[in-house]
Amino acid sequence: MIIVFAEQNNGTFKKATCEAIHYASKIAKQSSSGVCAVVLGEANDLAGLGNYGADKVIHVNDARLNNLEAKAYAKAIADIASTENASVVVFSNNNTAKAVAPRVAVRLKAGLVAGALSLPETDNGFVVKKSVFSGKAFAFVRVKSPIKVISLTPNAFGVEKSENQAEVVSHSIEFAATDFNVKVESVNKVQGIVPLGEAELVVSGGRGLKGPENWGIIEELANSIGATLACSRPVADSHWRPHHEHVGQTGGTIRPNLYIAVGISGAIQHLAGVNSSKTIVVINKDVEAPFFKAADYGVLGDAFEIVPRLTAAFKKYKASQQA
Amino acid sequence: MKILVCITKAPDTTTKISFADNNSTFNEAGVQWIINPYYEWYALVRALELKEAGIATDIHLISVGKADIEPVIRKALALGGDEAVRVDADSRDSYFVASQIAEYAKANHYDLLLTGKESIDYNNASMGAMLAELLDLSYITHVSKLDVANGVVTVNREIEGGEETDTCPMPLVLSCQKGMAEARIPNMRGIMAARTKPLKVVPASTVETLTEIVQYDMPPQKTGVKMIDAENMDELVRLLHEEAKVL
Ligand SMILES: Cc1cc2nc3c(=O)[nH]c(=O)nc-3n(C[C@H](O)[C@H](O)[C@H](O)COP(=O)(O)OP(=O)(O)OC[C@H]3O[C@@H](n4cnc5c(N)ncnc54)[C@H](O)[C@@H]3O)c2cc1C
Ligand SMILES: Nc1ncnc2c1ncn2[C@@H]1O[C@H](COP(=O)(O)O)[C@@H](O)[C@H]1O
Repeated sequence: MIIVFAEQNNGTFKKATCEAIHYASKIAKQSSSGVCAVVLGEANDLAGLGNYGADKVIHVNDARLNNLEAKAYAKAIADIASTENASVVVFSNNNTAKAVAPRVAVRLKAGLVAGALSLPETDNGFVVKKSVFSGKAFAFVRVKSPIKVISLTPNAFGVEKSENQAEVVSHSIEFAATDFNVKVESVNKVQGIVPLGEAELVVSGGRGLKGPENWGIIEELANSIGATLACSRPVADSHWRPHHEHVGQTGGTIRPNLYIAVGISGAIQHLAGVNSSKTIVVINKDVEAPFFKAADYGVLGDAFEIVPRLTAAFKKYKASQQA
Repeated sequence: MKILVCITKAPDTTTKISFADNNSTFNEAGVQWIINPYYEWYALVRALELKEAGIATDIHLISVGKADIEPVIRKALALGGDEAVRVDADSRDSYFVASQIAEYAKANHYDLLLTGKESIDYNNASMGAMLAELLDLSYITHVSKLDVANGVVTVNREIEGGEETDTCPMPLVLSCQKGMAEARIPNMRGIMAARTKPLKVVPASTVETLTEIVQYDMPPQKTGVKMIDAENMDELVRLLHEEAKVL
């Protein structure tokens, strides 16, 4: 059986989770087995996970699991993987998976590929491609253990949808009190915005914008296409923007379909976090800016003039799509 | 209160990455090794602050690596820390590394075990979680603020799209990142002191590796940037829609 961890967020499932299920279903096809999605905590429309390729959903409907507790999550997923006779366990490689997947791997004595980019190749063992050296290279990792754990890079594989419904089974796990040692005291989430790691469209600003008071044009640009905001490190370091928007070697690593970089020079440490983006647009007034070398489309000139023009062009395009 | 900080080396961030032996090994020729940038500095500096505040008593560093990692360990010791241990082995497999550190930690009981959030070479972001599982401890990732009082840690951690404040009794494992402490650079006294601080070398225990890298590859080169007239943003939007197909 191929197990996939289907993370719920306030009871619903994000696109990256559906992508992981779809990925699991492709592995299942390779090995003629089935897909079992594991859902921890209260959630809705479980049978609907069949749309993405789950044959069965095992639901541990325990309110203590509504929020991440890595120890308890790992115990539940590994237990289910064992009873289901799992050959592969799939995660979507976000912050939750980074806390849980390695623990599951240890419990199952399974090799882990963190940040996988492709389906396993099984001609010569079990080999999975992943990104290394912060996006500067790829490595092909052979997993030698009988059970394998793969944590898939979000937005690297894609989603397909069918009309299938999954069979839903309830399951309970015996936890120890010490499995819930971590207590969440408060949560501060930006509402209604696609998190950076999952965003398909990203608009990012750098020091070229001169100060936080100028971010209005960046926000309008992002809003015009429903993009998520990002920034370069000095921008976050100077507290112009919150830290979670910082991308690059020491910030988030993202691979959106579209990355628009405004007033960012394109230092190697910045590129490390964004160079896997499918399409890169660079707006910069310096023709020598290194970012142009990594870009697909470049616009040379003053961001304060170009960005409002681009916003207007996006709005016009959106309006024409709706007409 | 005893703190163990897990430290690894990484190629300097501006290193040009290349491979040897038919793309099967990383070409280390001319590579400048540094302490894995920032994350582990933050962990170490915060640990030192806790000691300066009279909360922590002992700060130990641990690294799994061959002798070529010792200059990096000495640099960390120059910043502070009481002693270091190097487990003598070279491995890219997180399970192997975590097992070595877990064994050492079991024998020496630590209240707090700190790792960086991710190594910038192999980008697994998984060693700390494995260590926590092997020690049967709680684990909190992406911690950007750490306080300790009465045997309980209070941390801020980054979650998808925001931040969360958590508490947890010690012992536990934390993966650390930016925000936890200000950067520090070693002073002359620290550098001199580091030369004589204990750096123990212990043999690795026999642990199997569960993964191995069989091949490397470079990403395809960009075909070259297409420059768009700054007056004609409709053209850029058209290309994003029709050519790049991202809208
Ligand atoms: C170990 C290490 C890790 C690092 N990690 C990161 C990281 O994770 N992320 C990161 O981003 N950086 C990181 N850095 C820093 C990185 O090296 C650069 O210093 C940083 O990315 C520069 O940010 P910037 O491009 O916003 O600013 P600058 O380099 O100052 O560039 C500003 C750009 O804006 C352009 N500009 C100015 N005015 C205008 C205008 N009116 N219109 C259009 N363009 C304009 C300029 O031509 C210039 O290209 C790291 C550095 C080190 C040493
Ligand atoms: N060989 C090693 N020795 C000591 N600590 C390590 C080693 N490899 C990784 N770590 C620690 O684990 C963290 C995460 O590494 P990784 O899982 O490889 O991304 C690093 O930031 C280090 O703190």
